[in-house]
Order: sequence, then structure tokens, then C-alpha cells
Amino acid sequence: MGILEMIKQPWPWYVAGPLIGLTVPALLILGNKSFGISSSLRHVCAICLPANIPFFKYDWKKEIWNLFFVAGIAIGGIVAITLLKNPHPMLIHPDLAIELAGFGINDFHGLVPAQLFNWGELMSVKGMIMMVVGGFLVGFGTRYAGGCTSGHAIMGISNLQWPSLVATCCFMAGGFLMANWILPFILSL
Amino acid sequence: MSKEIIASDEFVSSQNAEEQKDYQLRSTDAVCVNESHLHHKWYYNFKYMAVGLLFGVIFVKAEIISWFRIQEMFRLQSFHMYGVIGSAIAVGLVSVLLIKKFNIKTIHGETIEFHKKEFNRGQIFGGILFGLGWAITGACPGPLFAQIGTGATVIIVTLLSALAGTWIYGYFREKLPH
Repeated sequence: MGILEMIKQPWPWYVAGPLIGLTVPALLILGNKSFGISSSLRHVCAICLPANIPFFKYDWKKEIWNLFFVAGIAIGGIVAITLLKNPHPMLIHPDLAIELAGFGINDFHGLVPAQLFNWGELMSVKGMIMMVVGGFLVGFGTRYAGGCTSGHAIMGISNLQWPSLVATCCFMAGGFLMANWILPFILSL
Repeated sequence: MSKEIIASDEFVSSQNAEEQKDYQLRSTDAVCVNESHLHHKWYYNFKYMAVGLLFGVIFVKAEIISWFRIQEMFRLQSFHMYGVIGSAIAVGLVSVLLIKKFNIKTIHGETIEFHKKEFNRGQIFGGILFGLGWAITGACPGPLFAQIGTGATVIIVTLLSALAGTWIYGYFREKLPH
């Protein structure tokens, strides 16, 4: 198998995880930046619609690096899907496949299930909850918690900040609650 | 002459106070605060775009931005995401220890600063709310950007909604329990 063929395969966790961990020292050494992504949403608010809200009245130019970083993530998505695309369909756990089939979801191509997340679904109650309410909870919750998976779980715990560990446990608690008890109801709508 | 010096000192200290205030505001409810004392040209930021690009490729290739993988994680059906997050933390932890122990400087010779995170109840309430959203959308903020990059254009709506959520939080911040 050639190297390119190998890169096109899905990467195992023991390759991806350490590489993501290396983002922490990379950003620190490149320019004293603490790894974090959800703050980019706050900076966009501060730039576009500060509306005299104290929380958004700060010198966002000092944090502009964060927007370059997230723009890079989007470009990385384009690169990976065009040049390094895995030609095979994704393998998912059989129990999950059975559960989703019960809600009429049987297309496991792509990273985002096209049967749930598409422009047509946006106008349905289910689509509205999945895309609009879901997004709102992500934006509101991360800022209320003071960070997301990158800022709290990875950067915060790496720096031994116990509040970050508390936040990470709460992320997981919310996720378990939603995936196992609330999401089945939403998917059945 | 001496009067002039005093005046300029006052100017500097008032400027510092202003910067201090701005710094404190930016630190509010943020894990990452970035206070470099160096002033670089804007295009220096492209180095962060390069790191982001590699990061985005990893996100896609390790299927971290996959809605299915997130569902498996929250149903304990796969070790993949736990392995990714766990090993990322392990590498981050060792890196931070090494940076502190050997007092490693940035490429521009600056001392690397770390910031303490104060506990508030927002980490609990907000954390749970974010967890709910994470399991619905299958994405935390980073993957949202990568998902859009992979051509799932409708995720732009999710991103705009996340921006709205952030803005609404800022608007009601004073009234929320912390």
C-alpha cells in the first residue's frame, strides 16, 4: 500500500489523538496562544454585532489569530475531502445502524448524515431542532461554560485546571442524556 | 522637564490600566486569552491558519467530525473518540509540563504564559447545555467549521445559530447564575 493510499484510510485514534494534542504546544510556541475554538464565535459577535454589550466590548484585534485558526480548520476540511477522501463507506456499530434504521436513517455515507442535515429538512420541526436548536445550544453552552472540548477538555485539563475537568464531565453528562434519552424522541418526529 | 516625565508616566500607567481592563474583559468566560506583548504584522496570523489546516485534516481523516462517531461515543459503542480525546489530553499534558519545566520560549523569544481558570457554576450549567447540543449536532465548535469545509453547506445554519447562542449569552450574561 502506497503512502497516499494509507493516508486516505480513516486514521486510528492513536495517530489522530496525539496529533491533536500537539496543537497545544504548537500554538503556544508559535505565538503564546492557548488552544481554544469556541472563543472564535465570541470574537465574531464582538466584530459584527457588539451592540454595546459589555461582554463584547473588547479589543478583538488582539484575538484575530483565532479566526485565522478556524478558517484554517475549514480549509483543512476542504483539503481532506478533495485530496484525501476515503473511497469506502464508513463502518458504524451494528447496534447504532439498527437504531438509526428504525428512524429511517440508512445512508451512512459522509460524515454528516445527509438524511438529517440538508436544506430541505431545515423547514421541518425535526430539522429545525437538529440544526437550529442544536447549534444554539452549542454556542450558548460553550460560552456559558467558558470553553468547549478544545479549550476545557484538552487545553484546560492539560494545564491541570480542575474547573475544566468539571466542565468536561458536564459536557459528557449532557451528551449522554441527549443521545440516549432525548434524541430518540427528536428523531421520531 | 521633570514635569514632562511625570506626565508621560501617567500616560503610560493609564494606558496600562486600559489594557488591563480590556484583558480582564477578554478573560471573562474564556479559556483562551491571548496576551502577546509583541506587535506583529497581520500576516503573521497565517501561521495559525496553517496549524488550523492540519488540524482540520485530522478532524476529517479521524472521523472526529462524524455525527455517527459522536453517537457511538455517547452510547459507549466505540472506543475511538475516547482514545482520541484521551491521548490528545495526555500529549497536551506532557507538552505543558515540558514547557514549564524547561521554560521553553516562543519562536519570538517570549515567555509562554498559562492562565488559571476560576470555577463558576456556568461550567456546570453551560457544560450540560453544550453537551446536549453536541449530541444533537454531532459537532463541537471546531468540527462545525470542518464540516462546512467538507461540503455540508447546511451546517452554515448551525454555525449561525451557534453565533446567535453566543450573542444571546452575552446579552443575558448578568442575569444568569454563575
